[in-house]
Amino acid sequence: MSEPLSYSNAYLLGILQGVRSIAMVGASPNWNRPSFFAMKYLQEKGYRVIPVNPRAAGQEILGETCYAALAEVPHKIDMVDIFRASDAAGEIVDEAIALKDKLGIGVIWMQLGVRDDAAAARAETAGLKVVMDRCPKIEFGRLHSELSWGGFNSGIISSKRRRTRIL
Amino acid sequence: MTKKASREFGFETRMIHAGSQPEPVTGARQTPIYQNIGYVFHDTDHAASLFNLQTFGFIYSRLTNPTVAVLEERIASLEGGRGATCCASGHAAQILALFPLMDPGDELIASNRLYGGSITQFGKTFKKFDWRCTFVDVDEPENVRRALTPKTKAIFTESLANPGGVVSDLEALSKVAREAGVPLIVDNTMATPYLCPAFEHGADLIVHSTTKFLSGNGTSQGGCVVDSGRFDWAQNDKFPSLSAPEPAYHGLRFAESFGDMAYTTHAHAVGLRDLGATMAPMNAFQTLLGIETLALRMERHCANALGVARFLEAHDQVAWVSHAGLESSPYHALGKKYLPKGAGSVFTFGVKGGYETGVKVVESCELLSHLANLGDARSLILHPASTTHRQLTDEQRAAAGAGPEVIRLSIGLETLDDIIADLDQALKRAA
Repeated sequence: MSEPLSYSNAYLLGILQGVRSIAMVGASPNWNRPSFFAMKYLQEKGYRVIPVNPRAAGQEILGETCYAALAEVPHKIDMVDIFRASDAAGEIVDEAIALKDKLGIGVIWMQLGVRDDAAAARAETAGLKVVMDRCPKIEFGRLHSELSWGGFNSGIISSKRRRTRIL
Repeated sequence: MTKKASREFGFETRMIHAGSQPEPVTGARQTPIYQNIGYVFHDTDHAASLFNLQTFGFIYSRLTNPTVAVLEERIASLEGGRGATCCASGHAAQILALFPLMDPGDELIASNRLYGGSITQFGKTFKKFDWRCTFVDVDEPENVRRALTPKTKAIFTESLANPGGVVSDLEALSKVAREAGVPLIVDNTMATPYLCPAFEHGADLIVHSTTKFLSGNGTSQGGCVVDSGRFDWAQNDKFPSLSAPEPAYHGLRFAESFGDMAYTTHAHAVGLRDLGATMAPMNAFQTLLGIETLALRMERHCANALGVARFLEAHDQVAWVSHAGLESSPYHALGKKYLPKGAGSVFTFGVKGGYETGVKVVESCELLSHLANLGDARSLILHPASTTHRQLTDEQRAAAGAGPEVIRLSIGLETLDDIIADLDQALKRAA
């Protein structure tokens, strides 16, 4: 077993505040799948989420066309969110590294339970930021007090008043 | 912008701050009391997302409420858990904790030294749900192992038992639970997270009566179930409520969709939704105020209680004192291991002379209050055999340490000499 990963709140918040478009590899068209929950939530927060899944290619998921592979996405992508098993992550990471300049990819995010330390090292060497074994929905909620609404331990202690204004 | 996580905050900081950031709209620093039931949806799609559990947010205060949520996060933080669910009372917490685990015909193994009210709830009322409880002496973990069957869904004990001086060997019990693939549930009410970090010793779920030391003033009823987030509900087929498709949510599997948040999500979205034993926002607020001083109070509770225990142990009219802080206690070593900061302030002693003398000591106290509560700033005294444990059989009372000569104390925060003086005069009058 490798050590659990830890990321500072500032690092995660920097990523979540910096990106606007996310390619979700492994997005599902089934409304009760975890990836569907995460995609819908991220859309509500203002992100554009592009689904990538060869089994749903050509279909629409939550109003967005699904593509078979990252290479087919005709838009700029700030972040690649990997919703696949750990053993499939390395190949997707390498694909993202190859496409990073063409698509503008700056961040690789692997979902809760997804981890490939070697692939992460390759991505970081290529200048990408990496997060593994985390869910962007949960982290967005945790960092903006929404997780706390459900009785969860956000780990956040702050006496700063949050500003209610546009970013 | 460093990638590495920042330092962890200490217990005292978390007891004041966890869960409570300034209210963003007004800047109010203290947690507002949201005496409110419904929450406005942005639109029907937002409402649908909330009802489908696809987004975070409030729907209706039976399920979640902003003031109660602050208390939930605070207790979760102090226990080092993933999440918590508050409810109307400690008894409600016990039902709520077991509800996702148990189906009719399922079994539970519990300590035979649980608080008398818990023994009645588990042994009598749970029968009506066809939840079957086997009570065993958990001092010998083999007893628990022997009581296991394929229908067993949980092992339940108190870290520090009420009424007195009994400490559970949590690590030994946790080993039995892990091997059986069932969670160890620990009632941490008497110890509080300040004295006993039960998750560090292998508990999977923790329940509280927040009415006691957490609120600390005898004003507000409440309960809480805390999930460590570490138990894998899909490791076997014992927990279909969490691992199998849930019909009310169109086939969603909680364990798959919510991971380590599954149990707490279920406890709100299904448990509180259908059991309805919700905590009132005002009670959550009062309990939050209490928790702000928990560490300070527990230190004084423990120091006063040990002072009283030593006084009683040296008293001619006292047959025995059961407090794990005393060297004479058979639980002294376990107390040192699991409650290193102090063995709590609730304990029992036996008066020479039996039932009649016991009743007379209780009735002769003038500073100590004769009532059925615990963990108050005031010192409390009770004769369990004639009150809290009266619904039990003689055998159950003996097992629970609540025989006819037994007096239960919950030592408060008054001047130690005054508590001792009151007990001394009461013992003299009862002689």
